[in-house]
Amino acid sequence: MAKITFIDADQNPIIAEGQSGSLMELAIKYKVNGIYADCGGVCSCATCHIHLPPEGMSLVGKASEMENDLLEFQEKRTEYSRLSCQIELSEDLDGMTVRVAYG
Amino acid sequence: MKKSELSDPFDQARSEHGFGEMNDQDDPVVMILGHKDVRKCAHNWKTFQSGATPGRIVVPSEVNIRDTRQIPFELDPPAHGAYRSLMEAWFRRPNAADYEQSLRRQIQDMVDEVLERNQFDVVSEFALPIQSQALTLLLNIPFKEAETWISWGTHVFRSEETALDADKANILYDYIDEQIDQAIAQPGDDLYSMLLASEIQGKKLTKEEVKGVMILTFAGGRDTVINSITNTVAYLADHPASLERLRQEPHITRQAVEELVRYFSPLTHMGRVVTEDTAVCEHAIKADSRISLCWAAANRDPRVFDHPNEVILDRKINPHVGFGFSHHKCLGAPHARQILNILLSILAESLDLIEIVDHKEKIEQWGEFDRKVGFDRLEVRFRARS
Repeated sequence: MAKITFIDADQNPIIAEGQSGSLMELAIKYKVNGIYADCGGVCSCATCHIHLPPEGMSLVGKASEMENDLLEFQEKRTEYSRLSCQIELSEDLDGMTVRVAYG
Repeated sequence: MKKSELSDPFDQARSEHGFGEMNDQDDPVVMILGHKDVRKCAHNWKTFQSGATPGRIVVPSEVNIRDTRQIPFELDPPAHGAYRSLMEAWFRRPNAADYEQSLRRQIQDMVDEVLERNQFDVVSEFALPIQSQALTLLLNIPFKEAETWISWGTHVFRSEETALDADKANILYDYIDEQIDQAIAQPGDDLYSMLLASEIQGKKLTKEEVKGVMILTFAGGRDTVINSITNTVAYLADHPASLERLRQEPHITRQAVEELVRYFSPLTHMGRVVTEDTAVCEHAIKADSRISLCWAAANRDPRVFDHPNEVILDRKINPHVGFGFSHHKCLGAPHARQILNILLSILAESLDLIEIVDHKEKIEQWGEFDRKVGFDRLEVRFRARS
């Protein structure tokens, strides 16, 4: 079980708990404002864009080339940007706080 | 060749040059074909603008049949963003549970109705009614209004004889004028009224601006949705194993929707007007000329998609541009996705087999390229699951 805090588009913290699936799926389950996941998680829309904490980058690993190519076009891209549909939930992520970037 | 197959006419031009050329009413278009170039040009609104003369970014150009600016489609940032953000929440309503339920009921009723018939034409008797009925949900207006739109037939702008038909377009424009006047007289909780009550920087939207949004909503989601529904039925007719798979593995349905949108690419391309002398794919492009972003060609780019000409229902990474890309990506996409999602799930649950009895392909001609985009007619038989 991992507990993730999403800071939503209105800057409200949403505490979500899950065991498996992607971070995006967890955010959708908890109706996190600013995570829309229009394409359902196939790396086409970038409406699940989040900013990770600096220490989170090594935990989740690098973005794939396809993900990077899409992130490149996002206005709110930072060095901590990822698409939450491409991050698998695991116990290693327990306690992490991520920020919604889209919208 | 299977009847549902949509070949890729851009293959050679995309790999050899990265672009194609076509004339359109003496306002030629350089068609950008590669996935990377299409996304880059779509993103670069300063050089490739949408806010040109109304109708000019559409191919074929509608400059001679339309003065109303379609909003937010024919605007550039920052004005574009202000209008778009007014509408985002409304156009995401299709993701809500009650909207989904209503849409599911509509599509299930339609499937039940055609199951009673021996055979029927998918385009006029299934896809058009589903598209029209679903639009009543998007506009939040009474269901019976769909009858009017169904009576217009499948071609609102495009008649059988000519690609651009001003008389046909006027039917839609006059209708929208009337509806706006009605909403002014009697505001309700429909899209017209929501727009009429909206403000940007303290200024109410004008009637002309509301008309611009409504034309876009009607026109953008008509042929595209009808072709997507028809192509989906044709695909399932040709691939009964996929029908079975969607029944056994309903969790792949959303991935299947994305893959079908990639493969069908219901909107072949969309234009932009070039604001400065520039170059794409080492090809010089002059200021005040036009390019188009060819979504259909980008969606078959082998540098991005493995086996681009195959439908892989559960394609995991699928950065398609079937709904466009960047600022102007399709506002109606959540609605379109929900229609296809529900359609796939109902057809998989209800049918054993779809048989194509007769068909007539719909072929678009873009300069050197002939592209099948769907069907003018698709006669089928549905066999209910026993």
